[in-house]
Amino acid sequence: MTIGTRARPSLTRRGSRLADRGFVVLTAGLAAGIVGLLVAIAVMLTLTSRETWQTFGVLGFLTGTTWDVVNGVYGALPFIVGTIETSLLALVIAAPIAILTAIYLAELAPGRLAVPLTFTIEILAAIPSVVIGLWGIFVLSPFLRSTVEAFLVQTFGFIPLFSGPAYGIGLFAAGVILAIMILPTIITISREVIIAVPNAQREGMLALGATRWEVITRAVLPYARSGIMGAIILGLGRALGETMAVTMVIGNKDAIPDSLFSQTQTIASKIATTFNEASVGIQTSSLIALGLVLLGITLTLNVIARLLVRRVTGGVPRRV
Amino acid sequence: MAVTLDQPLASSALPRLLTLRTDRRRTLLDRFMRGLTVAAMVVCIIPLVAVIAYVTINGLAAINLDLLTKPPKALGVGGGAAAAILGSLQMVSLATVMAVPAGILSSVYVSEFAGTRKAAGIRFAADVLAGVPSILVGIFTFTILVLPFQQYNAFAGSVALAIIMWPIVLRTTEEILALVPGTLREASLALGVQRWRTVLSIVVRTGFTGILTGVMLAVARAAGETAPLLFTALGSRLINVGDWQRPMDALPLFIYQNARQPYPVLNAQAWGAAFLLMLFVLVVNIAVRGRSMGRRTY
Amino acid sequence: MAVEVGPRDSGSSPSETPLADGAAGSPVSGGSATGRLSIEHMSAYYGAFCAIRDLNLEIVPQAVTAIIGPSGCGKSTFIRTINRMHELVPNARVEGSVRLDGEDVYGPEVDPVSLRRVIGMVFQRPNPFPTMSIYDNVVAGIRLGARRPRAELDAIVEGSLRRAALWEEVKDKLRQNATALSGGQQQRLCIARALAVEPEVLLMDEPASALDPIATLRIEELLGELRRLYTIVIVTHNMQQAARISDVTAFFTMDEGRAGYLVEVGPTRQMFTSPTEQLTEDYITGRFG
Repeated sequence: MTIGTRARPSLTRRGSRLADRGFVVLTAGLAAGIVGLLVAIAVMLTLTSRETWQTFGVLGFLTGTTWDVVNGVYGALPFIVGTIETSLLALVIAAPIAILTAIYLAELAPGRLAVPLTFTIEILAAIPSVVIGLWGIFVLSPFLRSTVEAFLVQTFGFIPLFSGPAYGIGLFAAGVILAIMILPTIITISREVIIAVPNAQREGMLALGATRWEVITRAVLPYARSGIMGAIILGLGRALGETMAVTMVIGNKDAIPDSLFSQTQTIASKIATTFNEASVGIQTSSLIALGLVLLGITLTLNVIARLLVRRVTGGVPRRV
Repeated sequence: MAVTLDQPLASSALPRLLTLRTDRRRTLLDRFMRGLTVAAMVVCIIPLVAVIAYVTINGLAAINLDLLTKPPKALGVGGGAAAAILGSLQMVSLATVMAVPAGILSSVYVSEFAGTRKAAGIRFAADVLAGVPSILVGIFTFTILVLPFQQYNAFAGSVALAIIMWPIVLRTTEEILALVPGTLREASLALGVQRWRTVLSIVVRTGFTGILTGVMLAVARAAGETAPLLFTALGSRLINVGDWQRPMDALPLFIYQNARQPYPVLNAQAWGAAFLLMLFVLVVNIAVRGRSMGRRTY
Repeated sequence: MAVEVGPRDSGSSPSETPLADGAAGSPVSGGSATGRLSIEHMSAYYGAFCAIRDLNLEIVPQAVTAIIGPSGCGKSTFIRTINRMHELVPNARVEGSVRLDGEDVYGPEVDPVSLRRVIGMVFQRPNPFPTMSIYDNVVAGIRLGARRPRAELDAIVEGSLRRAALWEEVKDKLRQNATALSGGQQQRLCIARALAVEPEVLLMDEPASALDPIATLRIEELLGELRRLYTIVIVTHNMQQAARISDVTAFFTMDEGRAGYLVEVGPTRQMFTSPTEQLTEDYITGRFG
């Protein structure tokens, strides 16, 4: 056999260039699809809810307090209030605990403990919402009713905020269960942000004669401040959009809560419980309008939060 | 008041002795706050343990052959979760078939072909999409796949799940692809292999285990989602195998429905199904995350 | 073998303080100045790895002692054992004794937190606190303790910044963020911050290595002023710098097991013109390291 007698392969492989070009177009199209999907979601929700916006006006719908299917009056306020109140309550409970835990995991825990503990927190985030809701109905709720809520009503019941009756189902239970669910979010991001603080900052404060806690509060946390803010806002965003666990323990009453223990409703729980029975037309349109409001709030918060986190770490942690 | 260099600084000089103690308040505060962080850690672990414990105990008690093999009774109370189990298997599988290629290919664009700004933009969009509440994904899918046909259907359910899975697959794959060394790509291209084959056969295959990890996490997430299915697949009391144009049950839907029923028998079934679901999700997550436990999270 | 040390410029009256070199380890006499460090049989470990082997060294008070030697021979580890920052690394430990005016800083009664107010440290890269103003940076250490009246803090800020040769440049912008300053200014700010808590000893880990030549020169001039008030130990990889600014120079190197040890210590002029050890001579003339 003589070498060199094989025909030289064609140098202009037009077919292959086409294949390459096609491949790039395909992948680019799919990548653009993500953006397209986002736009499509916003557009579809707006289109299918326009009847409501046209009937009540944006301000009218957002401030309306009545949701009356029979008479065709729809107002979003009770659900907006319920959503905000449950989420804020969840934040108030979760944020301090989460930040302290993140400090522990990032600064104080011995190495052999820190890794498995962080791992355990992430596992909590993986448990499906409906499973936590089930546990909420049959375990958490009776527990809260007989311990925390009973105590609070007994001691502070004269204040309207703490007035009973407390059934274990309601605003408070929803806040607690949401707090449990957003803990991992706030913890993992805060932890990453704290780890990202340069060691030189810690050493600088230590060399001045500071205790470990002083190093944390005076050098580490101020540096990580905006990132931790971002973590909290992302937690808030997660709480706002959380549906199943909240629906199962909130009581599902269309009313602005007048006490910590009243039954109420969030946007997500309202949609979840009534969408399928809703009649096509203004009712469905109004439920979708509620969804649009929720979309607006969560999207805005999400964007703000990610920008804040990016400022400290230079990148956004993936698992949120 | 001029301050010259050779004067001592402030009026209160520090004692010289090394038995100087940091004042008690600071030491106590330090110890107390550090203890508080440990307490916070413990407080976080408690709900996790409580959920897993109760679901396991109540769930195991409810697991029996009926639960696994029978659909809900047509009349009265009883039967099992067979419809839900089959439904979940089917819908999650179809969602995976849709989301994984889409996710991998779109991430290929971000990691191989896109300029920095476009890549950042798409990553951002993916993160934003991941943050959209899943119930809204359900409504969206309802408007495009249920409303036009006036029919709740399992296909819409799968699509909703796929939408939720897509950004997860994209982001995890993209990070894995970024770790594949550039020299590998260059070597393949230098051998005359076309770009698209280089990417698929070499780059993606090299990152295969990592990509698989991301896919499994997305699958576990999809398996546990309820809200997107509420208005798409709807749920059903009938076993549905293969009929994508009709409603289909799923484990999360089954749990949700049976949790709210006033019949303890059905509540028990909810626990049983919850145990199955939680077991699946935890096993996948522990297996996947456990392997990368030594490395930094993300 | 006792070695005489005098002030850097030969013109002023020498203060004779006999020194022991690494081999003899004989006790020191004379000199009632505070801030004298005596290191005896000190070894520093990271886990099982020995980073410094059996160090015996006297640091003369109110003088600049330069620590020179090739990279990795434990110079930075050494100064971190003095203010007990070394032990913050997991599995790090110290054996032997480090005495400040006779008291072992590793004694069971000693609180490392308060020790670090007496022994201050300036780092290689300037590390001002970016969320604080210049003013707040200077008093950051002071604010750890009891509250002091505003007037007192103002005086401390001015005094520290003057001592760090930075006052004139920043006196009108004390409220500005510290990161607005140049690298050299930031390092002088860090020095001011360290001085504000009135330490006796100032440890400096290559303080000018991240700075441009002009900024470096200003730091060196500053050290010339500061050495009258503080005991300064400065690690430097720059031999010319050591020759310029220090009164005493200690030369470290590492053995085959990568453990650092003291080869020779002595008055700077002597170390650089007629060192005793061959290794020292080799290093100084550039034959290795």
